[in-house]
Amino acid sequence: MAIVTPDELAEYRRRQKARNLALGGLLVFFVVLFYAITIVRM
Amino acid sequence: MQPAMTARTATVPLPAEWRDFFALTKPRVMSLVIFTGLCGLLAAPGTIHPVLGFTAILCIALGAGGAATLNQWWEADLDAGMKRTAARPIPGGRMDRTSARDFGVALSVGSVLLMGLAIGWLAAAILAVSILYYAVVYTIWLKPRTPQNIVIGGGAGAFPPVIGWVAVTGDVTLMPVLLFAIIFMWTPPHFWALALFVQTDYAKVGIPMMPVVRGQAATRRQILLYAAALLPVAAAPWWLGGTGAIYGLTALALSALFVALAVPVARRRAEAGDPMGPEKRLFAYSVFYLFALFATLVVDALARQQGWLS
Repeated sequence: MAIVTPDELAEYRRRQKARNLALGGLLVFFVVLFYAITIVRM
Repeated sequence: MQPAMTARTATVPLPAEWRDFFALTKPRVMSLVIFTGLCGLLAAPGTIHPVLGFTAILCIALGAGGAATLNQWWEADLDAGMKRTAARPIPGGRMDRTSARDFGVALSVGSVLLMGLAIGWLAAAILAVSILYYAVVYTIWLKPRTPQNIVIGGGAGAFPPVIGWVAVTGDVTLMPVLLFAIIFMWTPPHFWALALFVQTDYAKVGIPMMPVVRGQAATRRQILLYAAALLPVAAAPWWLGGTGAIYGLTALALSALFVALAVPVARRRAEAGDPMGPEKRLFAYSVFYLFALFATLVVDALARQQGWLS
């Protein structure tokens, strides 16, 4: 599907934002997990 | 700053949604993988810190998700030809194949590395083997070539309890091998029961599933044979002293019911338009069977640890 209308552009932005939020959440999760693993294995 | 997008940027495709990436990991299959892995971890003798236990299960889940993603990347064309799978992210046109492949590789490699660094390299090695087994041996090699694909490929789904067990103990002993054998023997009757009522789809895309290649009669006979063979394998952990009577008696009862449900499937012949009641019942029970059997394994291990049986 290609972006050709303002509605599709809005949809592009929405998906981009949702993906960024999901990726950000994952990064925070893994930071916390690695911190916890490090503490546990010390 | 990103340039404004107008009609001029018509070649820019819409990015896939995060839900589509999640769907690639086959979450329903993953739930069974997570469950059996967790049961292997909880039933193993010894203890593991909750954070490390969580990490081990997370790695099993990520590895299974990676393997499932690579499976869908490779089979996108086949999936497009089957009603059951045509709406998946790649054949549904919601994601490009390269993104799926990269996501699958990232999940697979990431899960193995994390398992190795946090838990141990033996568990990581078994996880890596299980991913390669599913994504390469089963998906690429066996599935399109032989009606025995499910029998040998079933090994891929049998690894999670072994990995969970090894995450705790650090070595492979008889018990995790038996847990592997249980899922290995369970997979053919489970999957062939499904294949019996979706066989027209498999035939359409040329996948040599047992019902397509050998016919209904042979498939039904083999379902019963595997169900019967599963009974002693499921009870073996008890007979060999690895579990207590809670598990042993439950395994015998659950497996006997499995055989009882396989008998009508083996004895009947279905014509076109048949509602396939016994086959669907057997398939549904097979899922319940594995959940119940492994849950009992954990209950039995906890009961023995608490001294309730002594």
